[in-house]
Amino acid sequence: MADTLIQNDMNAPAWKGGDVPYKASYGKMMMWFFLITDTLTFSAFLAAYGFSRFKFEDIWPVPEDVFTHFPFLHGEHPLLFVALMTFILIMSSVTMVLAVNYGHKKEKNKVIMWLSFTIIGGFMFLASQAWEWGHFIHGDSGGVQLKNTEVVHVYNDNRRSSIYDIMGVDSHDGAHHHFELNDFQEKFSSNSDLYIRLANRTFLNHDESINYLNTNANQVLLGANLKNNEYGHALFADYFFFITGFHGFHVFSGVVLLIILLINTIKGTYERRGHYEMVEKIGLYWHFVDLVWVFVFTFFYLV
Amino acid sequence: MSDEQNGSNWWIWKVFWILLGLTAFEVGLGMYKPNFLVETIFLGTKLLNHVFIILTLVKAGYIVLVFMHLGFEKSTFKWTILLPAFVLVPYLLFIILSEGAHAYLML
Repeated sequence: MADTLIQNDMNAPAWKGGDVPYKASYGKMMMWFFLITDTLTFSAFLAAYGFSRFKFEDIWPVPEDVFTHFPFLHGEHPLLFVALMTFILIMSSVTMVLAVNYGHKKEKNKVIMWLSFTIIGGFMFLASQAWEWGHFIHGDSGGVQLKNTEVVHVYNDNRRSSIYDIMGVDSHDGAHHHFELNDFQEKFSSNSDLYIRLANRTFLNHDESINYLNTNANQVLLGANLKNNEYGHALFADYFFFITGFHGFHVFSGVVLLIILLINTIKGTYERRGHYEMVEKIGLYWHFVDLVWVFVFTFFYLV
Repeated sequence: MSDEQNGSNWWIWKVFWILLGLTAFEVGLGMYKPNFLVETIFLGTKLLNHVFIILTLVKAGYIVLVFMHLGFEKSTFKWTILLPAFVLVPYLLFIILSEGAHAYLML
């Protein structure tokens, strides 16, 4: 079947392009070579993440403490939202295979239909990622940064306690909040149920916590940016923004390519050309985006 | 391949269900964390993480070989694509991760 897509003249002499040792067209092969380079790029990013995680093993934030929320649902649902994002991307990969499949059969209308579904899946993923970033940047329960830049969290009865609640403020009232360290320490001291968890996940009791904060605390952190974040080590948020951002940029590029592909299919460009190989090539890129997400999902959220 | 030619596309949906099932299984493991998988340490990390990595590689295999059609390409082409990744990525991981563990102990 792949043979029908080869554009080289098979009867030409070897030095005029007659030899096609890989039985794959030039365009498809070059897409694969690009994907190898991209594989190595993403491998380097994830390896760098792994380096920092091993280096700061005892104080690195646990992902399931960070990604615990689902739109419109209250309470903690670790992994649920990223599982949904994974489902969306796998689903859009399936619709892409179907589009490629109908492209081989030159069924234009079905290619248009499945490409449209793929584009919708791409937009749904991007929207989910926007929500995820928004939530990550806004923050969840807040943390206290120490003078040595480690981050400690407030606990109450074995559960993480929100600094917003302690300060008596609604975290989602739309205002930009900032808490002075002194005010926080005052409220913290007056509630004897509260205690802190250090960055290395050991707990102090209430009185030890007060003394510890008096000597070591630097500022109250709410949310995340590139300089510091409430979840823990500054590099954690940096890698989060960089790796999921770079992947999201790939998804965005993929959606743009798919839209161009859809327009050309509707205009009949590929029907006139006699084959739908372009659908196959863009499809390779789209599956690669899904492939990368499978690894990001494992190494950023599960491990 | 023959299924593609006779117009059936059940194989696409089969792979979809496999990928979905594996992901659901991973999420389930991540939520409930069976004790023996968390407490057993193997090669410097939890056994659970090894399970995640193996399942991820299985998923990656299905995506690359079936969805990206590489399993049906000429084998010389297939290995031209796969070998650089198979050689360079484990090498990179070995160097960088062992260096990270070293930095944790030394710095």
